[in-house]
Amino acid sequence: MSRIPAAFERLARARRKALIPFVTAGDPAAGPTVALMHALVQAGADVIELGVPFSDPMADGPVIQRASERALGAGTSLDTVLALVAEFRRTDDRTPVVLMGYANPIEALGPEAFVARARAAGVDGVLVVDYPPEECASFAALARAHGIDLIFLLAPTSTEARTDQIARLASGYIYYVSLTGVTGAGQLDVAEVAAKLAAIRRKTKLPLGVGFGIRDGETARAVGAAADAVIIGSALIQEMERAGPEAASDRAGAFVASIRAALDRPAAVASPA
Amino acid sequence: MQMYDLPDARGHFGPYGGVFVGETLMHALDELRAAYERCRKDPAFVAEFEHELEHYVGRPSPIYHARRWSDRLGGAQIYLKREDLNHTGAHKVNNTLGQALVARRMGKPRVIAETGAGQHGVATATMAARFGLECVVYMGSEDVQRQAQNVYRMKLLGATVVPVESGSRTLKDALNEAMRDWVTHVHDTFYIIGTVAGPHPYPMMVRDFQSVIGRECLEQMPQLAGRQPDAVLACVGGGSNAMGIFHAYIPHAGVRLIGVEAGGLGVASGKHAASLSAGRPGVLHGNRTYLLQDEHGQITATHSISAGLDYPGVGPEHAWLKDTRRAEYVTVDDGEALQAFHDCCRYEGIIPALESAHALAYAARIAPGMGRDRILLVNLSGRGDKDMHTVAEQSGIVW
Repeated sequence: MSRIPAAFERLARARRKALIPFVTAGDPAAGPTVALMHALVQAGADVIELGVPFSDPMADGPVIQRASERALGAGTSLDTVLALVAEFRRTDDRTPVVLMGYANPIEALGPEAFVARARAAGVDGVLVVDYPPEECASFAALARAHGIDLIFLLAPTSTEARTDQIARLASGYIYYVSLTGVTGAGQLDVAEVAAKLAAIRRKTKLPLGVGFGIRDGETARAVGAAADAVIIGSALIQEMERAGPEAASDRAGAFVASIRAALDRPAAVASPA
Repeated sequence: MQMYDLPDARGHFGPYGGVFVGETLMHALDELRAAYERCRKDPAFVAEFEHELEHYVGRPSPIYHARRWSDRLGGAQIYLKREDLNHTGAHKVNNTLGQALVARRMGKPRVIAETGAGQHGVATATMAARFGLECVVYMGSEDVQRQAQNVYRMKLLGATVVPVESGSRTLKDALNEAMRDWVTHVHDTFYIIGTVAGPHPYPMMVRDFQSVIGRECLEQMPQLAGRQPDAVLACVGGGSNAMGIFHAYIPHAGVRLIGVEAGGLGVASGKHAASLSAGRPGVLHGNRTYLLQDEHGQITATHSISAGLDYPGVGPEHAWLKDTRRAEYVTVDDGEALQAFHDCCRYEGIIPALESAHALAYAARIAPGMGRDRILLVNLSGRGDKDMHTVAEQSGIVW
């Protein structure tokens, strides 16, 4: 069974929002990734989205493109990523791990082999950016048979009919893309996101995460008021880039801890000016 | 032969094609599919397209019997479909015209495009100027260097050319960047894809607009040669000129269809762009097709003397035609293409694009082994003015 539903149940009981950091596996090399994942959990991450690097990341902005290039330059493959998850699982059997990436590395490994090996490694969910529901019925069935949640994106451009279709197929949580654009782009409109989430909630009981364009604690907190989970990728990777490889893990931990604190701050306490 | 009516409603050619894009673009593709369906069933749209093809593009393009070159080769007769004579100098304009007309009907004020050699970028910039649309063209920074003249042409036509610095800095990266632009500006932007690849409905729509090439040939060949050719040849990068000339011939089982891919420095060298001949099926740029990739599914760098063939994928309909063996796919390397380029210049007084020279080279390879009464029809997809710099450099000439 996937660890995702249990994680969201714990959070709901504690009345807390899920914090989901995204990092690219193997960036800047495979060595530090597992320690980084543990540091993210220590800092308050509830789920980890682990990016599988791809040569042609069409949905990603420059920050995650660079992370992908560094990871590939260090020789990271889907095999490497699965091995990293297995290593992470030796000391953390509780935090859900979701792989996020593109279809072709999965196609190259073979969807059946991928799902079986992902399960064995301890992967809980998979988000394939370029597998829309129309094209992944057999992959979805494979994932379901192996107890892996298939996470889908919904976007501001998703129609009601598409939202219905995705709500039927999705499990784990649904990832709402806060803006039309690539990862790490522009400014999101919190009121618009909240309205869209309310509409999606009429179609599904799954937890709703929001990502793309969340840059700091304040946006995270504002989005967290309407969402069940806040996903933060480009801003985190940018912090790590600025810190340099030696200090990247510490900086990532500090940054995630600051987002955690912003999310957890009681509503009654006015925010310090 | 049974009726050929691919793709299916979701854009599949057998296992190939489809719609493999992120959720944000799905609605835009649904809208495009619906808009294109309306256009192609609308007699007013069809009439406008045909009128523009005749009066702006200069169609029909002639077929020319390359008699002197054929005589020297001593075998089959080579006929050239002269797409190089179109306005803007290549077949690309047939498609950009069609898509620009669809964009106008959809009320989109801004068009974007990717380009490799620059021919599709020029053809898009031309249509944007013709119809008063804002135009942004993405081009790999390596190609910007190789095809400086086309960059200047696009700028003269009012387009913004954005050099793409990511990945291998060639056509595939330009396509990635155009997709990123589209996902960001999807409400007001129409993405004019230049080849028969990308998510449905692009492979079908681009083929439909380009299929005028083959339909004309079906009429012209009996008038000129008394019959249909024994084989139709075209170069294949993404595959739009090849689909354009192949499509009308698919039901004519007696006509061989031969797609010629870029063999670069030789397929064995690994430095080539022969996706069908040396690749494996996978998913890239919105469709499932043959791709050049490593064992881990990462897309590999390609090489060809011609920027327009320098692409690691290929249109999904070609993948299907290969698997069903309706078409055959072969390779021609840089040197052989260059030789055909020079021969075409010297024996026929026609300077072909380096892309088209690949198809010419394969015709020149097989013609001597065929009887003089055999006929090869080659799609001369573009003219070679843009390649002067590359060819001069290859010949050791510096200017």
